[in-house]
Amino acid sequence: MTRFQLEIRVVPRPGLLDPEGKAIQSGLLSLDYPDVQEVRVGKILLMELVADSPKSALDMATSMCERLLANPVTEDFQIQILEENENSE
Amino acid sequence: MKVAIVTFPGSNCDYDLYKCVQFIGGSPEFRWHQDSSLGNVDVVMLPGGFSYGDYLRAGAIASMSPIMEAVQIFANSGGPVLGICNGFQMLCEANLLPGALLRNESLLFSSKEVILRVENNSSIFTKSYEHHKTLRMPIAHAEGNYYADQEALDQLEKEGRVMFRYANQSGETTIESNPNGSVNNIAGIINTHGNVMGMMPHPERAVESVLGSVDGLDLFKSLLAHIVDPRPV
Amino acid sequence: MNVPSPQPRVGDPTITPELVSEHGLSSSEYEKIKEILHREPSFTELGVFSAMWSEHCGYKNSKRMLKLLPTKAPWVIQGPGENAGVIDIGDDLALVFKIESHNHPSAVEPYQGAATGVGGILRDIFTMGARPIAVLDSLRFGDLNSGRVRYLFSGVVKGVGDYGNCVGIPNIGGEVFFDKGYEGNPIVNAMCLGLMKKDSLIKGEAEGVGNLLVAVGTATGRDGIHGATFASEELTEDSQASRPQVQVGDPFTEKLLLEASLELIHSGYITGIQDMGAAGITSSASEMGGRSGNGVEINIDSVPVREPNMTPYEILLSESQERMLVVVKTGHMKDVKNILTKWELEADEIGRVTDDGLFRVTEGDQTVVAIPCLALTEDCPTYEREGEESVQIKDLRSRDLSDLDTKPSNCEEIFLGLLGSPNISSKRWIYRQYDTTVRTNTILKPGADAGVVRLRENNKAIAATTDCNGRYVYLNPRTGAKAAVAEAARNLVCVGALPMAVTNNLNFGNPLKPEIYYQFREAVLGMSEACKLFETPVTGGNVSFYNETSSTPIYPTPVIGMVGIIEDTANMTSPLFHKPGDSILLLGNNTDELGGSEYLYVVEDLVAGEPPEVDLLAERQLQHCVLAMISEGMLQSAHDLSEGGLACALAESALGNKSNQHGVDIILQDRLDPIPLFFGEAQGRILISCDQSSSSRVLQVAKNHGVPCHEIGEVVSPSDGFKIAGRTGSLEIEIEKMSDIFFNSLPSLMGKANKS
Repeated sequence: MTRFQLEIRVVPRPGLLDPEGKAIQSGLLSLDYPDVQEVRVGKILLMELVADSPKSALDMATSMCERLLANPVTEDFQIQILEENENSE
Repeated sequence: MKVAIVTFPGSNCDYDLYKCVQFIGGSPEFRWHQDSSLGNVDVVMLPGGFSYGDYLRAGAIASMSPIMEAVQIFANSGGPVLGICNGFQMLCEANLLPGALLRNESLLFSSKEVILRVENNSSIFTKSYEHHKTLRMPIAHAEGNYYADQEALDQLEKEGRVMFRYANQSGETTIESNPNGSVNNIAGIINTHGNVMGMMPHPERAVESVLGSVDGLDLFKSLLAHIVDPRPV
Repeated sequence: MNVPSPQPRVGDPTITPELVSEHGLSSSEYEKIKEILHREPSFTELGVFSAMWSEHCGYKNSKRMLKLLPTKAPWVIQGPGENAGVIDIGDDLALVFKIESHNHPSAVEPYQGAATGVGGILRDIFTMGARPIAVLDSLRFGDLNSGRVRYLFSGVVKGVGDYGNCVGIPNIGGEVFFDKGYEGNPIVNAMCLGLMKKDSLIKGEAEGVGNLLVAVGTATGRDGIHGATFASEELTEDSQASRPQVQVGDPFTEKLLLEASLELIHSGYITGIQDMGAAGITSSASEMGGRSGNGVEINIDSVPVREPNMTPYEILLSESQERMLVVVKTGHMKDVKNILTKWELEADEIGRVTDDGLFRVTEGDQTVVAIPCLALTEDCPTYEREGEESVQIKDLRSRDLSDLDTKPSNCEEIFLGLLGSPNISSKRWIYRQYDTTVRTNTILKPGADAGVVRLRENNKAIAATTDCNGRYVYLNPRTGAKAAVAEAARNLVCVGALPMAVTNNLNFGNPLKPEIYYQFREAVLGMSEACKLFETPVTGGNVSFYNETSSTPIYPTPVIGMVGIIEDTANMTSPLFHKPGDSILLLGNNTDELGGSEYLYVVEDLVAGEPPEVDLLAERQLQHCVLAMISEGMLQSAHDLSEGGLACALAESALGNKSNQHGVDIILQDRLDPIPLFFGEAQGRILISCDQSSSSRVLQVAKNHGVPCHEIGEVVSPSDGFKIAGRTGSLEIEIEKMSDIFFNSLPSLMGKANKS
């Protein structure tokens, strides 16, 4: 079993109104950053799990996203492996 | 009318709902989220609150609880299910209702009395309401902004499954009367079969005049009437 | 007694005078410690003393004065000294209540500071066995035109709201006051009320030698170490850098903790419970030990931690939130664990109750702390400081206000300016972020004179309010404190409640400065005088000193949290006018007093003059008079007069319900210029309205009570406008214009007009 560090990004689907993103954009505008075109706010989950292989780790994470971590109506997700540690308990 | 009020860690309107059901002559019972069975009940209600602190997404973790499987089965066999506020959020997360509840457009928690227009008074939940009657009821939520993609929305509207809309005193659904930005001023919806309803406002907080409004009473009375004398709607 | 010596720990710093001073202890206090222990303290012990003998925990500069407050009455079940005060409200029920501050953390991290403030006060209530039924918040900020102040204000409101809403306790009222005097030092006081059966009261005591000490709730981290000491120091620029010390709250865990605690208390498996607040494990364990006369022994290795390599010092002083210390009867650990497992909470045995009176902490088989419990609680030195009034304030108070233009031609403009000022305009922007109706018992929501929750058990209701005008206290501490108590009592009688008891939050600057100690002393004396006369004993509260930035102290602000009982909910009265044709009457007298007024601040940018006089006997008569009128069902509305005087009170009663507004037609006979007449803040006045047919009866009842009462006009339809005519000046304005300014000023300032 290998220990994997994963980064899961959950982001609002394109086209969805993001009032928080808009509020942040106006805040930046008032700090003199007029060149910001768009801001969207999502979340990052940092996860540590054990699996047999990178594919197995990714499959597990995808399943978690589909079932709980992301709401398919409003969110998309991306998964990335940051680190792996072989033979650890 | 035996009502199962399902409570999760963090539910905080369960007690209010319990008292309300008792008040209208029903027999409420609490069910804990860890229970695997609902028991023999006529109606299931999912109360408001902050189940699991609204962590991850409001209602998301609760919708995965062991009891929700029993709720699904109950709903699929036609049993009446009412989700209020956090309960509505759970029903959407569990795919018993379409769409999702997003953060209020103002980004602020919104606690005030709103006016609702009854859009559909032929359901088991709303039979006792006159069509387009306006109701006064409190809301108290930070994520009540109803959203559904165009396809789901069109279907909801076409099939008359929008139950309540935010409106003004004259019954007009204006932007000003919409407290959270929800699409088409939607405050509550029902499923295709007509037995699962979700709504953001709190009818259980509008059943005594001393609390400011009794406009929530007819919702519970409709349900009671249906259980006592079930007829197709 | 012979106290065992802890062995020196590897890595602990040597104790030097500088280290002692950094721990907020004076050299004489250090000498006292050595005297008590008959030896030098260990480093960990120094930390323990520093927390327990801090101002926040030890009350060393306030205790002596506080002993002067009236604390007893036949209806007081528990006075100061426990986690909260308790009064008997009849029908075997008890009301548990208290107010607490979280000022310093809120200045640095407003959201978490305010949230954890609410968390703390909730725990103080349910730790007594009571279910929290309402919260109130009393806030002070600087000038809202400053971006930083808006940041603090919105953060605090969000923190109070998010925490209370998540736990599911309605916010039924409170107050907010903006004044340059609070720049840099916001005041965040949170009050909580709880309800329980009288015989279920449980104390925070470590009873039963051999019983287990169990830590319940979140694991201990490094949050807020020295939070108590932090609260006992002034804020400097470095304080901004001290953010990591601020505690982070988790209201979800708090809700679980609340349910679990109440279940535990009613189970009979425990003998004592206390929340771990300021100075965490240290204060809860030593206070429980001290109260019972027993000792406590804690094994530091058994304390669940969430950070690696925490030292005993860090574990003992951590202020990680949402933790309780429970004393479990021997043999019942399993039963207790079952209850906690159901609520998905951790429970870890960390020690036991002993019979040696010591607060003892072991690490492995080494003792690291061995201090008599009472040394930490009872033996904390108390001081009576030098008090001397500031010459500068004396001058301000005696400033001649006769040069003011009291007959201006633009009364309407001035009036609109006051209506739109943050201290008077509608606070809807705030309380619409608070769930005010959860638990379906709130029958009078924020926006009225007091908040009211009905009791399902009987036909009664509980009313509560928080009040203090810091400007008055600043200009004349004794008068200002009396005024705060008087205002609270007026607010309660206006909703039909008989004032019963007080909890207070005393917010002041650095007590080591004579001019601050003078303010503190005078305020306590004024509060004492008023509470005695009104028969509203003080059952407990909080002292928050060192509210200063760069040596500029806040206005002395003794916040009064007062509770009262409405015997029959049918009598509850609102401040809003009812219908056109109703008579409007004023109880009390208008005077020529503008000192310390909102008018002076907004129009003249001045805080000066003598604050309005307080006649306690007249106030008492006024209270009885209004309650008599309400019990006879004579009144349509009752509203206390405060900031902005008569004109603003009339506006509030007329406009308050946006969907049912009224106009007024008022004629005043007083021989006063328009400015003091319309905007003066004379005390002892209440604005009432009644059906026209009742007005002669109302006048008779007022006469019977010896309270001046004048019929000043009538309620009219909104299209007839808002008119006040005095002898030498008048006000006439459209309702719509007034309403727009009154409701939209605060939201516009905060950038979210009409959308909350």
